[in-house]
Amino acid sequence: MARIGVFICHCGENISATVNVTQVAEAASKLPGVTYATDYKYMCSDPGQTMIIEAIKEHKLTGIVVGSCSPRMHEATFRKVAEKAGINSYLCEIANLREQVSWVHPKSDATTQKAIDIVRTLVQKVKQDSPLYPIKVPVTKTALIIGGGIAGIQAALDIANAGHQVIIIEKSPSIGGHMSQLSETFPTLDCSQCILTPRMVEVAQHPNITLHTFAEVESISGFVGNFDVNIKLKARSVDLSKCTGCGTCWQKCPSKKIPDEFNEGLSDRTAIYTPFPQAVPNKPVIDRANCIWFLKGKCGLCKKNCPTGAIDYEMQDEIINIKVGAIVTATGFDIKHTDFFPEYGYGQYRNVIDGLQFERLASASGPTGGEIRRPSDGKIPEKIVFIACAGSRDKAKGIEYCSKICCMYTAKHAMLYKHKKPEGKAYVFYMDIRAAGKNYDEFVRRAIEKDEVLYIRGRVSRIYEKNDKLIVKGIDTLLNAQPIEIEADMVVLATAVVANKDAELLAQKMHISYDKHHFFSEAHPKLRPVETNTAGIMLAGACQTAKDIPDTVSQASAAASKVLGLFSSDEMTREPIVAVVNRMAPPQFTTCTGCLLCMEVCPYNAIEREEIRDRRTGDLIKVAAKVNAGLCQGCGTCVAFCRNKSIDLQGFSNQQMLSEVIALLNQPF
Amino acid sequence: MNFMSEFEPKIVAFVCNWCTYAGADLAGTNRTKYASNVKIIRFPCTGRIDFMLLMKAFENGADGVIVSGCHPNDCHYTSGNFHARRRWIIFRSLLDFIGFDTDRITFSWISAAEGNKWAQIVDEVTEKIKSKGPFTDLKKLNCTLLKQLYDEAITK
Amino acid sequence: MKIGYYPGCSLESSSKEYSKSLLAVAEKCGIIPEEIKGWSCCGASAAHNLNHDLAIVLPARTLAIAEEQGFTEILVPCAACYRRLAAAQYEVTTNEETHKKVESYLELKFSGKIKILSVIEFLQKYISPVADQYIVNNLNQKIACYYGCLLARPKETSTLKRTEDPLEMESVLEKTGAKLINWAFKTECCGASLSVSSTAIVAKLSGKIIENAVASGAESIVVACPMCHMNLDMRRPEIKKQIKKDLDIPVLFITQVLGLSMGIPADKLGLNNHFVSTKKVISSIVKKEA
Repeated sequence: MARIGVFICHCGENISATVNVTQVAEAASKLPGVTYATDYKYMCSDPGQTMIIEAIKEHKLTGIVVGSCSPRMHEATFRKVAEKAGINSYLCEIANLREQVSWVHPKSDATTQKAIDIVRTLVQKVKQDSPLYPIKVPVTKTALIIGGGIAGIQAALDIANAGHQVIIIEKSPSIGGHMSQLSETFPTLDCSQCILTPRMVEVAQHPNITLHTFAEVESISGFVGNFDVNIKLKARSVDLSKCTGCGTCWQKCPSKKIPDEFNEGLSDRTAIYTPFPQAVPNKPVIDRANCIWFLKGKCGLCKKNCPTGAIDYEMQDEIINIKVGAIVTATGFDIKHTDFFPEYGYGQYRNVIDGLQFERLASASGPTGGEIRRPSDGKIPEKIVFIACAGSRDKAKGIEYCSKICCMYTAKHAMLYKHKKPEGKAYVFYMDIRAAGKNYDEFVRRAIEKDEVLYIRGRVSRIYEKNDKLIVKGIDTLLNAQPIEIEADMVVLATAVVANKDAELLAQKMHISYDKHHFFSEAHPKLRPVETNTAGIMLAGACQTAKDIPDTVSQASAAASKVLGLFSSDEMTREPIVAVVNRMAPPQFTTCTGCLLCMEVCPYNAIEREEIRDRRTGDLIKVAAKVNAGLCQGCGTCVAFCRNKSIDLQGFSNQQMLSEVIALLNQPF
Repeated sequence: MNFMSEFEPKIVAFVCNWCTYAGADLAGTNRTKYASNVKIIRFPCTGRIDFMLLMKAFENGADGVIVSGCHPNDCHYTSGNFHARRRWIIFRSLLDFIGFDTDRITFSWISAAEGNKWAQIVDEVTEKIKSKGPFTDLKKLNCTLLKQLYDEAITK
Repeated sequence: MKIGYYPGCSLESSSKEYSKSLLAVAEKCGIIPEEIKGWSCCGASAAHNLNHDLAIVLPARTLAIAEEQGFTEILVPCAACYRRLAAAQYEVTTNEETHKKVESYLELKFSGKIKILSVIEFLQKYISPVADQYIVNNLNQKIACYYGCLLARPKETSTLKRTEDPLEMESVLEKTGAKLINWAFKTECCGASLSVSSTAIVAKLSGKIIENAVASGAESIVVACPMCHMNLDMRRPEIKKQIKKDLDIPVLFITQVLGLSMGIPADKLGLNNHFVSTKKVISSIVKKEA
């Protein structure tokens, strides 16, 4: 006989403001099978939880329903409470009365009635819950870090230093990411490469870290603690074990006119190349799409001249398989490069460049040796106009969000220019100045007061070329909306931060959520910023949203700590929401007819074919399906397919779902 | 048509935990307001939904049904939503064949980030079902009537 | 399928050559748009400066009577008329109250959903697909296409894909063999109706447009709006005084250029009605090789 307890939370005022919680508890108490019903201000708090435990013991409850916030928030909390009180934690169901009732409907009888309906539905469900016991699975204590920028590097070092194995994969030929392209970093004006390269080397030399560059994720399957990942090691055409990084090959390469990605197209590189002098690994790769040997079958100079015979044109892409327990996604960001600002001549006028290109100009190892020069004629500009918010916060350009880092790096760029050319004039057209970090506002004030960068609050409507100059037509809103025209030598656009173009594909491979801008979704925007909804996959860095270096490093360490928590025991308990094929006494054994349709549709290959045989003679009696509880993820696809309902999902059984539907629509008699 | 404005439809939503349920939670976190006629039953995946449950809902007094899950390619369990989609296509043509008003069932994709879309769909479906009126086609079998019709038929 | 024709005031008077050339090109391609019977003023700038209801009702009347006369599409070559008709359509189709109010003013019932074709849409839909059959001349000209503002803004009712750097006129004129140059003032304001009240402003703004076109290497400017044409062509003396340069770059309607490439004689295209001589454009015609 069911003895259910119903506990309705006020959630402070969040639920009780629009739902009459006392009435809900009263209605619940009248439901068949409900022994005890009450309401309380904060059910998840210590006294609230204690109250539940005492009620369970006193009234000998066999199951509980908590009417509260979303189960996605506190289902785990209340399940632990049930456990503590001595009943199976799966005999606890949550009625979502906050996110899906009190917060979205006005105070009314209808709202209270909806709350009552939902509680009634879950009372019916919990009456049919059976005790379930967590499944123990071993944890593979190796972490996979996707992305070798500062986020990936930080997370890798933290996990490796804690004694676990780490595998980093990076799709470009070297780790370092965008941070390696930067000249100086705000607010300290530290040389970016100087603070990054020691970490890159540490990663390469760390005994617990395996680094695969020029590699990409091919497929991911499995589940938390037990991921199965296929990685494609793209063919470098260079044998890393033989190459010494002497550089003879790229010095001899005749193909010298390929736009250099690292220098953002401001200079050219050869077909066999290392991306930058401090690359890790400092060994080249052949860009087969632009190599004469691969295009026409001629040349071969690199191979002929290589002193160690490391060049291998026959090298193929290789797929390796690794087993990891946790994955950290640190794939970073891109900036908007496309022709989305025709009114600024971006993509058309050579002297209208973006922020990353300016970084390369300012960088001592860049195409101009650190001198700010115009890409069109190499002259040093006398006047530079910086345009902040180029694309961000602009619905018309499709990007409503703020890209966070541009106000700071624009100030930085203007300062760097003024340091190199004090007589030059730097103008910044801005909408707002967002300098909220530590020492950030002081940095911007320094640009304005000490380095005399001219800040103009207003937007630019058009830029056009006239006699080798760029005429910038803008407006100064703080000067009574005065139109301004500046004859600039160069214009730098702080273009919006966007997700990588293959972010969507990667998210789909990993089954993690992403938003409409293809930034990966965190599990909860406030309280779970480094996890995703997919257990075992963490997020770090700008792949989640635009972020500066201090926040990226923080998030990377946070992600690492989540991974270390996962690795802290040898075994992990898994939720027992798994499918089960029914079994019964002979001669039936099971109602399953062995059609194995469930096996075909299971996305996790968790269903096997089982032969039920006579114990003594060994004769085959029947073929049936069998679920491997270790692999089953509890989606229930098999259940919906089964023609005679021989397979069912624990926690969401056929009987439970049916009784929920009936209970939802019918008041008790 | 005035009496229609008194009619508050009962609509059941069968949604998947990972996308639409989360999207509905997001609508809540954003305090987006929408009609209260839709009540959710949570499933791990739309692939789990046995479509006879939809019929049970109508049989028990629902006037409309919403089935909603992850966008194609984004299913938390890889392919559950594909199966649900195919199942729906076949089921819908069966329902059309028997004369059921398939417009009372709405099939949608709502991701965890689309709180606004959830609210919008709820309001739209509520409006639509309101204007259609209560669902009265599937009544519980009236055995007395059936016997009477049978008796009439065999005496002819 | 008949296309309704709404010339508007300008095409009957100051920009007669636009109407002439448009109808000549259409006829060449076998299309005879039919003038909407009893059409009236669209309200232009005057109406929406004075009274919001009037500004919607005036152009809505044209939509209503065109619908009544059985047209499914209407061709509106003047950019201002096009903008006012499109605005009226937007208001009545997105706001049921406005729709009812307009219907009561007009004492006419209409859906307002008739398809309004700007000259560019008309050329793209009906002329470009068959242009190859009729184009007999190549134009040896460097042309700057000037769109003005009304075709590009507001974004909600603009049919141009890239409102800051449109390419629709260029794609229509590709087949004429002319070189369509890239320049920065495609959608900059010419001064519009300030032509009458503050000619000095028009001289300044239109002057900048002409200067940039010439600096970008254009030999002629092509427009699709009678107001643009007036400001860039008729106001040339004031412009010359303002910019202190003697720039004689001719300004043609897009339909005139198409007409020339189709071998229609210059006088049938109204090319002798311009203030700035179009002789250089006419003499740049070279017969296409077979």
